[in-house]
Amino acid sequence: MKLTNEQLERYSRHIILEQVGGKGQKKILDSKVLIIGTGGLGSPATMYLAAAGVGTIGLVDYDIVDLSNLQRQIIHQTSDLNKPKIESGKETINAINPDVTVKTYNELVNSKNIADIIKDADYDFIIDGTDNFPAKFLINDACVLLKKPFSHAGIIRFQGQTMTYVPDKSPCYRCVFSEMPPKDAVPTCRQAGVLGVMGGVIGTLQATEALKYILGVGELLTGFLLTYDALSMNFRKIKIKRNSKCAICGENPKITELVDYEQPACSFRK
Amino acid sequence: MIIIVNGENLDIEKSLNINELLIVAKAEQPEYVTVQKNGEFIQRDDFDKIFVEEGDEIEFLYFMGGGNYEVDK
Repeated sequence: MKLTNEQLERYSRHIILEQVGGKGQKKILDSKVLIIGTGGLGSPATMYLAAAGVGTIGLVDYDIVDLSNLQRQIIHQTSDLNKPKIESGKETINAINPDVTVKTYNELVNSKNIADIIKDADYDFIIDGTDNFPAKFLINDACVLLKKPFSHAGIIRFQGQTMTYVPDKSPCYRCVFSEMPPKDAVPTCRQAGVLGVMGGVIGTLQATEALKYILGVGELLTGFLLTYDALSMNFRKIKIKRNSKCAICGENPKITELVDYEQPACSFRK
Repeated sequence: MIIIVNGENLDIEKSLNINELLIVAKAEQPEYVTVQKNGEFIQRDDFDKIFVEEGDEIEFLYFMGGGNYEVDK
């Protein structure tokens, strides 16, 4: 399929790049990215990928737009309050770029549905924009078992971190963090706060990794955990190795099928 | 002696094991931190047995989730 005149103009700043060109832009238009969580991280990631012309974007979220989301979840607007996030997200994508086909999944990912969602459009790359550890471990394990590349990220207060997993090539999330922390052990943004722009910085890095993976250019954050501290403005790229004892991608994996993870009991209630 | 913790020099008086270092270096949530010494993961069971020496590069890696997650949902 040839690029239309309108596409040549819309994507001209991509096409002029040596590493992209018309060929690369076609790769982007043919690509499929699944974004799990349409919140602080998923908002900017989705919007940049939509603008870039990713052909199919899948959005997974079960929540509705809440007033407290709008400080950072820029895909949703004041007029979207109480709307399902996937609906609001889809409207924003359509408004940015009609080239994009949007698939929506109004669900919380769990061990029963995650493989079906990933296989639904045979997504090329997955972005973890979730806010909780059961989902983060589940996404890791599903991507390792299904051999799908994904970008992990987390944000809190003035800090963020991200890493990219490519099957058989890099350490997975579980190589670094073997066991889930108890429920109230690690504060959430709800408890601890988060500067709204943190999702913008880190979510945009996730979108960058997705585009680099699709284009096959540059060096991914595979084998690295990138940490960002906004107060000191320090980015650190910490080298990480595959963990031979990893429960899912190590030499003797204990995890061979997906299960729902429950965090150990907690004392925190709202 | 000088060791490097998360990219910054730390002057410690004597060799410490990882558990002691977590306290001295004021690690957040020491119960859940992942520790790398010179690029190798240290198993939690070995935190008492592994000591840091001059010039060692230590990384504390922290869990980071985020967002709105409500435990009752």
